[in-house]
Amino acid sequence: MDTNQYLEVFIDESTEHLQSCNENLLALEQNPHDLSIVNEIFRNAHTLKGMSATMGFEDLADLTHKMENVLDGIRNEKIEVSPEILDVVFESIDHLEAMIGDISEGGDGKRNVSETVEKLKRIENGELIDGSNAKAVVEDSSEDRLVSVTALTYDDFERTIIEQSNEQGFGTYEIAITLRDDCLLKAARVFMVFEVLEKCGDVIKSVPAVEQLEAEQFDTDFSIAFVTKEAIETVEEAIKKVSEVKEVVVKKMFFDLVEENVLEPVVASSTAKSIDVEVISQEATKVVTNSTAKQSEKPVKSSHATSKTIRVNIERLDILMNLFEELVIDRGRLQSIAAELNHNELNESVERMSRVSSDLQNIILNMRMVPVETVFNRFPKMVRQLSRDLNKKIKLDIIGAETELDRTVIDEIGDPLVHLIRNSLDHGIESPEVRVAAGKPEEGRVELRAYHSGNHVFIEIEDDGAGINKERVLSKALEKGVVTSELASKLTDTQINELILASGFSTAEVLSDISGRGVGLDVVKSTIESLGGTITIESEEGKGSLFSVQLPLTLSIISVMLIEIEQEIYAIPLTSIIETSIIRKADIMNAHNQKVIDFRGKVVPLVFLEEIFEVPRTDDPGDDFHSVVIVRKGDKMAGLVVGSFIGQQEIVLKSLGNYLTNVFAISGATILGNGQVALIIDCNSLIK
Amino acid sequence: MTENVAMDVEVMKVIVFQLGDKEYALPVEQVQGIEKMMHITRVPRTAHYVKGVINLRGVVTPIIDLRDRFGVTTTVSSENTRIIIISEEDMEVGFIVDAANDVMDIQKETIEPQPEVVGSLEEEFISGVANIGNRLLILLNLEKVLSTLK
Repeated sequence: MDTNQYLEVFIDESTEHLQSCNENLLALEQNPHDLSIVNEIFRNAHTLKGMSATMGFEDLADLTHKMENVLDGIRNEKIEVSPEILDVVFESIDHLEAMIGDISEGGDGKRNVSETVEKLKRIENGELIDGSNAKAVVEDSSEDRLVSVTALTYDDFERTIIEQSNEQGFGTYEIAITLRDDCLLKAARVFMVFEVLEKCGDVIKSVPAVEQLEAEQFDTDFSIAFVTKEAIETVEEAIKKVSEVKEVVVKKMFFDLVEENVLEPVVASSTAKSIDVEVISQEATKVVTNSTAKQSEKPVKSSHATSKTIRVNIERLDILMNLFEELVIDRGRLQSIAAELNHNELNESVERMSRVSSDLQNIILNMRMVPVETVFNRFPKMVRQLSRDLNKKIKLDIIGAETELDRTVIDEIGDPLVHLIRNSLDHGIESPEVRVAAGKPEEGRVELRAYHSGNHVFIEIEDDGAGINKERVLSKALEKGVVTSELASKLTDTQINELILASGFSTAEVLSDISGRGVGLDVVKSTIESLGGTITIESEEGKGSLFSVQLPLTLSIISVMLIEIEQEIYAIPLTSIIETSIIRKADIMNAHNQKVIDFRGKVVPLVFLEEIFEVPRTDDPGDDFHSVVIVRKGDKMAGLVVGSFIGQQEIVLKSLGNYLTNVFAISGATILGNGQVALIIDCNSLIK
Repeated sequence: MTENVAMDVEVMKVIVFQLGDKEYALPVEQVQGIEKMMHITRVPRTAHYVKGVINLRGVVTPIIDLRDRFGVTTTVSSENTRIIIISEEDMEVGFIVDAANDVMDIQKETIEPQPEVVGSLEEEFISGVANIGNRLLILLNLEKVLSTLK
């Protein structure tokens, strides 16, 4: 079977299933006794197993299978949920993720997981737990299940019965019975076995069918699907008492297991679910009303999630975006032509076109929006792992995961956030003892928030930890030479806080693996700034800290102010501009060889773009005034001296290509209405 | 019969362009297009031979003046001045040349390693020389031409 065309779908869906496993496992850790969560995980794992087996990724299917066995034990309450067991399950999921990653990069998904498999097996066999009564039943299940699953197939009706029996607290089992080779009265033995079974439960199905069994049309073994409320051990014992029975193998069975028989794994879960609904309506024998209601909720939910969306390759969206960018450029061109010609009808239609295209722009930008969830969803697991490593108790709350951001920003923001969260866990939240001594709850809390505000998205990480010790930060900064002592005395609280973002800075007394090599936070800062964002820190000692990251909604179309220097046109992003102003040459002052102006009571250094950009001069500017654009970078300001202002415009950000990299003070280029290229000034590198 | 000959001799298609009084050649696969001179936006603080960037149908493309790159005396751009757009690995760059006027087939066996006598500034940028009739075509080593900026 040519599976290539399904590979993409497979990878997408597997990733989703694994993510869902992750989330549910975390939920399970909070509510270890909520079996519905286990069922959900089981379902995900099961679908994944089926899919990977169909796609031919045996290792993947195999590991999933082993993991499933453990989940099965948990679901049957044979294995008690404990952090140690979840660790192993998480570990397997990590492996699975790595395999999927490998597959998506064209690999074969093979990976050495023997250690994890070993651990899973041990858990499955009850070695890590003390529930010894479970042992007998669980022990043989791993090898035999596959066999049994292929041995027994169920139709929709039987499947429903099995599932509903489960729901109502009946145990459903597959019993494989082997008669002695020298058994003479096979039909009689079968009859006796059935008699035993029917005393304590219901036989749903047998393989071979009852008629064949009665006609002795079978070898020495047969299988039975069985529903009972009795303890299965008793049933097993009872069957064993029947003469000439050589072996009885009992396994607990679930609806999901049954599902394995459905051939197309990708659609397996959905078909199965829709079948549920149908059967429920006509099959009332064992259905209690409230469980019906509960059942029917599920399909509704799943259909809601799948309806009216299509998967579009991100490349196509990029192409669409590129085409639209062309359109924006032409729009600018048309606007300038129309303004020149001043023709009424032309003006009108250009205006209309501008309106339509800005609507279009919104839609296209929206299409590229991705919820930050895609970045956030890896954090709960990370926090869990880290807090265990650090021996701290930490709860992570995520708010606003549905907040959307442009994909280009999403791709970049992951690593900085990882750093910030690690920082909060490592340096922010104290150890439980310290917290209790300080009168705080033992469990630390980290809140990760995302929300929209204007043209920006804010992502905030707040912890209720120790906060920033300003004296220590200052003394450390002085020691490391990050600030001078004169400067240090003048710093505001916020400025002191932000010193921890400076390079070569680390306050943790004990360096740990998690953070604190002094190379993390300055990278965070520069990454965020390169995305056109800012980061601020608020902190109160003893109460906690708040790291706030402000990001632009999109990176591809931005608002700029166009300015002219001699013959050249440059663009300054509006986000960095505070205001524009005309100053008199006489107002320029000199301070330490630096020309400055007094701007609303603040001393602002002047940057002469003409000099910085070595603009060829045509004639000497004779007038007494300078046009100045006041820009900011955090709290710092600078006045960029330009030739003249042109105006505000929406432009499409273009890169300078791979040949021209690291051009000083230029962050990119754009194409103007007249078809010429204008360079975009990177204000951040102009302010020191 | 003629086909056989063509099969036996490896042929390379090249674009021939002029720089000063010399003729240079680039494999046709590396040439994306030839453009007339257009407005170039200067990019400040780059190497002297980087003339700036152009808008090549929506793609911002850097432009290198090969005359400056090789240290050939600068001539003023004329009617014939062209921009040859080339691609090398993941880069697209335009070269300003005095004229681009020919596409030729060069038999690979006629390509010789660069003779010692050339011995000028441009030496390091040359990957070979082809002598065809009375014309001497200099084959450029693009990697070298584009490398020094890094």
